[in-house]
Amino acid sequence: MSQWWTYRLSDLLMFSARSYWRLTEALNRDLWPGQVVAVAAGIVILGCLLRPGVPARRSAYLMLGAAWAWVGWAYHLQRYADINTGAPYFAGGFALQALLLWAMAARSRPLVAAPACSRIGLALAGAGVLMYPLLALAGDHGWRRAEVFGIVPDPTAVTTLGVLLALRAHPLIWLIPLLWCAISSATLMELRVGHAWLPAAAAVLAIAAGIVLRRRERPLSLRANSPT
Amino acid sequence: MAPESSTRRRLLASLLGVSGSVLLPSLHAAPAPLITRPIPSSGEAIPVIGLGSWITFNVGRDREARAECAAVMRGFFAGGGRMIDSSPMYGSAQDVIGEALQAIKPARLFSADKVWIGGGARGPGQIETSRRLWQVPRFDLLQVHNLLSWEEHLPQLLAMKKEGRLRYVGITTSEGRRHSEIEKIMASQPIDFVQVSYNALDREVEARILPLARERRIGVIVNRPFRQGDLTAALAGKPLPGWGAEIGCTSWAQALLKFIVSHPAVTCAIPATSNVAHVRENLLAGSGRLPDEALRKRIALDAGRLA
Repeated sequence: MSQWWTYRLSDLLMFSARSYWRLTEALNRDLWPGQVVAVAAGIVILGCLLRPGVPARRSAYLMLGAAWAWVGWAYHLQRYADINTGAPYFAGGFALQALLLWAMAARSRPLVAAPACSRIGLALAGAGVLMYPLLALAGDHGWRRAEVFGIVPDPTAVTTLGVLLALRAHPLIWLIPLLWCAISSATLMELRVGHAWLPAAAAVLAIAAGIVLRRRERPLSLRANSPT
Repeated sequence: MAPESSTRRRLLASLLGVSGSVLLPSLHAAPAPLITRPIPSSGEAIPVIGLGSWITFNVGRDREARAECAAVMRGFFAGGGRMIDSSPMYGSAQDVIGEALQAIKPARLFSADKVWIGGGARGPGQIETSRRLWQVPRFDLLQVHNLLSWEEHLPQLLAMKKEGRLRYVGITTSEGRRHSEIEKIMASQPIDFVQVSYNALDREVEARILPLARERRIGVIVNRPFRQGDLTAALAGKPLPGWGAEIGCTSWAQALLKFIVSHPAVTCAIPATSNVAHVRENLLAGSGRLPDEALRKRIALDAGRLA
């Protein structure tokens, strides 16, 4: 499209809030009881963050990568693309993030303990896995529109940011989840969804915690030879 | 799709004493016939209320929502509506329209779509894809969407019209974008329609585009008549002033539409909705008395004051 600068965000939003949520509803219906498996996988990832070893970290990255690959395919490409012409590009981004996470799993090395990062990261990841589905209970449609980690993008991105913070991952791996949080918050804001601020807030919290704690733990990082 | 004649309807219309300029909407009786306006370049009469599909018809594969869209279209045609407008930019809307058209098989459809792709070479392919999605033999009107690559698309559309593969050619914009370019094209190109945003609060087009349309005998299609629902939402719960009864309006939505279609340069407005009750209400605005210039000013003033 030429003259992009003449377009506002609202001009590009091509679907209603109703269509957006009915998409989640249909996905939840079609994948049930896959949500139970997804939340269980999320809890295992949280458990991995509590264990210091390389195998636990590898497992977390592997499972996160699988979640991104699945959401990219099942949500963006198979569903969201029906109502959003940008969704195939989102699917590409999610596939790339999956590859990056799997690459991280392959090259995971011992990590010097970073307790503050771990605590905030764990809290953020916990919010993505355990709190996000509960948001649906505030609406009229209950669990049918629950946003579940590994099923829809937002809790997947928020959980990932928590994990990346806890594991002090390379900033490059943060880019796509951060970008998605910005896109999603903007979309939800245009759709006038009450918790539109949540993905952006999670991104800001993760960035702020990452910067502050990295500075504070710089001597530790230097001693650690290289970041994972 | 060319309008088909209906001898029965015409006979019934003449028996009922309905003038040739109004369309008898349905044998099963809508309350009043829809007002029509002649398309300036041809004289063909078209109802002043059409149906847009931006956002409302982009429902993907959702069967329930598709059925609701089909019900809206059924109500639209039953009430005498004819013009449906869409675009390749509207996601699944064209497919939803095509499926509903197959089920309804309306006697009279005025199919208005758009070409929206960078570069003229890809235009014909996109138009053919759109036509297949609509499942129509040809479009009545094709418009260059938001002036994207208009220098390349417009000659192609005009050639299609010359070859009889298209009946009308137009250009579109929305939300007040690129009006000076729109004016230049209107002044220099043999287009049949221009599509712009216009409502009781966004009246920029009144200054130059609408007068130019009259001067150049270009039909005007009005999009975003309710500011994508924001205007009717802002006026919800605000009682319609006394003038509403003078023009047979019972709601702000009707008054806002009557404000638009009463402008002498406007051919039709294309409100979009996914609600059958709303489509019926919109069609009501296309019948009965229209406001005169003095009342139009009051509508704009009151809408601005209360919204």
